[in-house]
Amino acid sequence: MIPELGHYALVLALAIALVQSVVPLYGARIRDTVLMRVAEPTALAQFVLVAISFAALVSCYVTSDFSVATVFENSHSTMPLIYKFTSVWGNHEGSMLLWVLILAVFGALVAAFGGNIPATLKATVLSVQSWIAAAFYVFILATSNPFLRLSPAPFEGRDLNPILQDFGLAVHPPMLYLGYVGFSISFSFAIAALIEGRIDAAWARWVRPWTLIAWICLTLGIAMGSYWAYYTLGWGGWWYWDPVENASFMPWLAGTALLHSALVMEKREALKIWTILLSILTFSLSLIGTFLVRSGVLTSVHAFASDPMRGIFILVILVLFIGGGLSLYAWRAPLLKQGGLFAPISREGALVLNNLFLTTACATVFVGTLYPLALEALTGAKISVGAPFFNATFGPLFVPLLVAVPFGPLLAWKRGDLKGVTQRLAAAFVLALFGIAAVCVAEGRPVIAAFGIGLATFVIAGAITDIVERTGLWRAPFPTTLRRAIGLPRSAWGAAFAHIGLGVTLLGVVGETQWGAEQIVSLRQGDKVSLRHYDFTFDGTSTRNGPNYRELAVKFTVRRNGEPIGIMEPSKRTFPARDMSTTEAALMTRGFSQIYASLGEVTPDGAIAVRLYHKPLVLLIWFGCVVMAMGGALSLSDRRLRVGAPKPARSRAAIQPAE
Amino acid sequence: MTRKQRRLALVSTGVGILGFAIGLILWSFSGSIRFFNSPTDLVETHVAPGTPVRLGGLVAVGTLVKGADLNVRFEVTDGNRAVPVIYHGIVPDLLRDGQGVVVDGTLDPSGTFKADRVLAKHDERYMPREVADALKKQGHWVEDRSAKAGATTGAKP
Repeated sequence: MIPELGHYALVLALAIALVQSVVPLYGARIRDTVLMRVAEPTALAQFVLVAISFAALVSCYVTSDFSVATVFENSHSTMPLIYKFTSVWGNHEGSMLLWVLILAVFGALVAAFGGNIPATLKATVLSVQSWIAAAFYVFILATSNPFLRLSPAPFEGRDLNPILQDFGLAVHPPMLYLGYVGFSISFSFAIAALIEGRIDAAWARWVRPWTLIAWICLTLGIAMGSYWAYYTLGWGGWWYWDPVENASFMPWLAGTALLHSALVMEKREALKIWTILLSILTFSLSLIGTFLVRSGVLTSVHAFASDPMRGIFILVILVLFIGGGLSLYAWRAPLLKQGGLFAPISREGALVLNNLFLTTACATVFVGTLYPLALEALTGAKISVGAPFFNATFGPLFVPLLVAVPFGPLLAWKRGDLKGVTQRLAAAFVLALFGIAAVCVAEGRPVIAAFGIGLATFVIAGAITDIVERTGLWRAPFPTTLRRAIGLPRSAWGAAFAHIGLGVTLLGVVGETQWGAEQIVSLRQGDKVSLRHYDFTFDGTSTRNGPNYRELAVKFTVRRNGEPIGIMEPSKRTFPARDMSTTEAALMTRGFSQIYASLGEVTPDGAIAVRLYHKPLVLLIWFGCVVMAMGGALSLSDRRLRVGAPKPARSRAAIQPAE
Repeated sequence: MTRKQRRLALVSTGVGILGFAIGLILWSFSGSIRFFNSPTDLVETHVAPGTPVRLGGLVAVGTLVKGADLNVRFEVTDGNRAVPVIYHGIVPDLLRDGQGVVVDGTLDPSGTFKADRVLAKHDERYMPREVADALKKQGHWVEDRSAKAGATTGAKP
């Protein structure tokens, strides 16, 4: 009964979405308030219906109702409750339902809290939003119905893929989808602006909070995915340039560019057409990401099922929305009026540079990810493009961007003074040189590591310089500084935090890639092995039984300079339901660094293969991402977004907010 | 600066960065692309020793030897030809006789494939798509394999 209820709610949501995609749009064309206002109740109703549908699926999983095909395929009665819950989206059907649930949430939020948006724009935005929703409801109902029943009902499920039986599954997909789907709002706003043929600075202000929410969630989602892969796959890698990772990284790069270009539009009414294009591209990349991951063109742990029908269906949605969006852009964009002028050396100029680098970096990732697919489709030759390609193209494009980051916030709008800014950055520059020298003295080689640390120091110190300059620290009396710091727009703090986060992540990347050490050995009880300053003693093995697995654990005592500093217990779990095993790495955190141990297999002579890694500063990679997301959250709490008031605050004349 | 000069500055910066990116892409493509080869391709097309390639096929039954000090050797076959592979390190758990496997590495002059990476999926039903295509081409694809996987989706009593 409950699955049928969920299915029925989804069909109803489709019907309502169809109404919402036509009526408010028509109302906006003929300026009929009644028709336009249809959008709000329908958006809320869509949310309620999809929530009912999702709740129905959750209840099937939690009660282990194996008469539902997806529950049978992906759940097991002995699984802990949290995994029963998270396995709702640990498969294709359920994850698509989560996708539309988030889409409906965003639609309902715009309907409920978009009070300051002009009626015609709001109606058009919600209609466009509903086109996307309708397309995905049809997709789910036609090709991926999560409520399909089995008869007779099996007694036991086939268990969730053990790799997914992890807390990461509770966080990574929902966050990632919040990011992907959140960009649908800026897409809908862009399409609505093109339909209306009118766009102004206020548009950028309405779009900004949605883009920021999406960006924050995507940042955290990618970071969480990276950390999850790091500790669960047993290889100690945190980024593989795998196509599915790139699929989430491309919208992040485009979304970051969008955040910056929307600023120029909001403050200076420039770059309007470019911002519209970026909004379309960012969501297009999110759709491409969904397509790549869900269609089965890539074989990976993310490709749950490869039903060709689904791939074609998503491809059709892709072509309709991307093709349609870009055609509309080509047709209507010339109608939009260009705004403010600026000199090449100015805040606008710096943000344009930021956009150029971010979008070209995104383009290189795009080429590397899709070239093999295109080549295979055209010539049949199968190639793989690996990490060296991405490192060689992405790195050189990101380094100049990072060098430019501290300059941006310090440059004035319209016409900047590069020499003055360089002087103000002198302290940051000296610190960076000091960092390079310190690393050279302490570690010697490799030189690239010293420069990486120097660059990261420059980015962090530059962001701090911005705050110091704005608050007049050391120049003005301390109470004045404090007052200015409190009065500073939150978005200025947000920008500083986000840039500091970027620098922190870079520190982690440099530390892990340049100074990391690994040791792969085959060990028996009593064996000793050392890595860097650490000595490991193999104390013994033990076997345990978990709720739905058996576990073989190895106990190591870790010593540094002869002093025991702790015990590490990596293990290997075997899941009988799927005859699969997973590697549970043991992690020991020392400051921002980690020691990582994972097990290979038992060799016939009774020894166990062990991987040991020393990962200096590795935690900074994810910590930096969290700082970036905090910066985004600070920016989101900025007064001008919170009240949405077009009137500038009084203090704005004195202190220019910066991002 | 006039409006025209500003636009020129903007466009030339954009073109410059784009050109730089295209240059980087072309330069890196020449060094970091691996072509997928079946053992037949590898033996018959005489891939130059030292070229990084990706080799895919099945682990030939009875050839997998896990020696001391994490040295592993096995043969990859597509039913037509077989290529001996050596690898040092930890291999995935599901590297077993008869299983699909993909290895990255280079061919040495003696005809042995030195792998620097061995990929086998953590799923007993998984068959790398490239491997399946290569087997089909050689006529050694057993439709059974997928049928058997399909059959297990049915209800268990």
